[in-house]
Amino acid sequence: MPQTTATLTLGPVLYLWDGPKWRDFYFRIADEADVSRVVIGETVCSKRLHFTEPHIAEVVERLTAAGKEVVFSTLAMVTLERETQHVRNLIANAADLVEASDLSALGLLNGKPHVIGPLINVYNAATARLLAARGARTICLPPELPMDSISAIAAGAPDVDYEIFAFGRMPLAISARCAHARSKGHIKDNCQFVCADEPDGLPVRTLDRQSFLVLNGVQTVSHTCQMVAAEMRALREAGISRFRLSPQDCDMVGIAAVFNDLLQDRVGVEEAIARVETIYPGAPLSNGFLHAREGAAWVSRARNVAAQSAL
Amino acid sequence: MELICPAGTPAAFREAVDAGADAVYCGFNDETNARNFPGLNFSREELRNSIAYARQKGVQTLVALNTFMRAGSEALWYQRAADAVALGVDALIVADFGLMAHVAETYPEQRLHASVQASASNVEAIRFLVTAFGVKRVVLPRTLTIPDIARIARKIDCEIEVFVFGGLCVMAEGRCSLSSYATGKSPNMNGVCSPATHVRYRQDGGELVSELGDYTINRFPPGEAAGYPTLCKGRFEVGDSHGYAFEDPVSLDIMDHIDALREAGVSALKVEGRQRGKAYVAEVVSTLRRSLTAQGAERQALLSKLRHLSEGQKTTSGAYEKRWR
Repeated sequence: MPQTTATLTLGPVLYLWDGPKWRDFYFRIADEADVSRVVIGETVCSKRLHFTEPHIAEVVERLTAAGKEVVFSTLAMVTLERETQHVRNLIANAADLVEASDLSALGLLNGKPHVIGPLINVYNAATARLLAARGARTICLPPELPMDSISAIAAGAPDVDYEIFAFGRMPLAISARCAHARSKGHIKDNCQFVCADEPDGLPVRTLDRQSFLVLNGVQTVSHTCQMVAAEMRALREAGISRFRLSPQDCDMVGIAAVFNDLLQDRVGVEEAIARVETIYPGAPLSNGFLHAREGAAWVSRARNVAAQSAL
Repeated sequence: MELICPAGTPAAFREAVDAGADAVYCGFNDETNARNFPGLNFSREELRNSIAYARQKGVQTLVALNTFMRAGSEALWYQRAADAVALGVDALIVADFGLMAHVAETYPEQRLHASVQASASNVEAIRFLVTAFGVKRVVLPRTLTIPDIARIARKIDCEIEVFVFGGLCVMAEGRCSLSSYATGKSPNMNGVCSPATHVRYRQDGGELVSELGDYTINRFPPGEAAGYPTLCKGRFEVGDSHGYAFEDPVSLDIMDHIDALREAGVSALKVEGRQRGKAYVAEVVSTLRRSLTAQGAERQALLSKLRHLSEGQKTTSGAYEKRWR
């Protein structure tokens, strides 16, 4: 079966980086990374918005000038009136595509071309068809989905582009409560932005000192780093045309280069994995969800090794 | 305000009806509902008899089809929707947009409630569900304060139901893959969280260790009561400190706030606990029923009794109070 052209998307920075670090990251992406689409904007916590707002215009300009398609992400959890207003303004004023991260954005984006982010629950083709009819052009499927579901969705609702979460610590949960602030003796309303102290998240270990989860403000992400490599061919045959790289605090230009080499068949799976492990050594790799296993598991073609072995 | 009570078995269902529930919610005995535990839930025949029993006492039956349809197996969820409609349930509680659209198109007269798993936490989200699927009631996620609920209620054309008693999700419901990260089984896909099939207890020195999948969720020194290893209520190490990183092993109890919830515009109060036995259901429902109308010292006595019914006897108001965040 012929494979469609596939491209890379850089997902939004999920962590709190200070304004200059955030700006310089995107400047370098604009200048050096071969990605077709870049999703920007605060997704996790509305309290962080002021850190990046002063730099958004120059970042968008630099990315656009470099030929990248810019997409704005909405907030994943919207409860306060000012958060709703932020989503309304973002959608009303957007000259570019908007990526929906919660149900309020889904409602407000009806009839406009838009993107469905990985935090929206798309588990079947019936849901994908409904969203496509309302204007969705791309759906980034939730990381939890197994290959069988991905194939069935892409086959059952073909009138939309599909994207897979291919690299990065996987978003697993979001809460009204900020475990990150609480771990440092604060509550969310008086958090003093302590999540900025960990630009790659704050590790949560078990009492037996197993690496397990990572706190990112009100969000919990996996300790393991999702790595789609051996599965890429099958995913492309199933109709996946976009692969999402979720920024970690590492050389994302290098990560994009590895994935472009994989897309172009310029590198073998084992070598790609080795390069990623060198660029981002902080987290063991996982792909268990794709194989209908526990998400922390790493399933290699040669051997089945639970993530435990990498602890 | 209506009292919406859980039933995991026909026996618990009858107890809930007899104890004063305005409505009982339950599910079929398969993965179409978010309490898909062995030995729990209803066959078609059991549901038929339960609905008849409830109707004769003027009590409504709500059926939860609140997991997300597995791609390629949608027929199971569609069949269960057809079964429930044919049996005459008073409302379906649904989380999946595809299933909501199917119900709205196929059974336009069927009353539809948005499950807490749908994660509608604001006015625009609820408007989306009302406009797109004709949702008549939304069960709010446990992420909102009572003032948040009041503000939302004023602006929507839809009833509001909130959880008041029982188990407490720390994470936004329907948006949590922690369980499947550790076990491969999740609330959204399998109707289970931290499933018993993946739980192990082992003795290590003097300590009892509880594990979920390959991960230690808690260690209990001698003399400390060991709780079930629900992932988000475990003890972990963050930085230099050990403790309950997400939430203590507490359950939700906001019956102290029922007047504020009424004033906020809440239509229905929901009790968690379809996995609970019939004695628990009977006692909780009858106590809640009486505390809805009792005043002063009598109410305080009832609320105190409720606290003893809570797991571990430690309770929280959760996100309903701002300082929980």
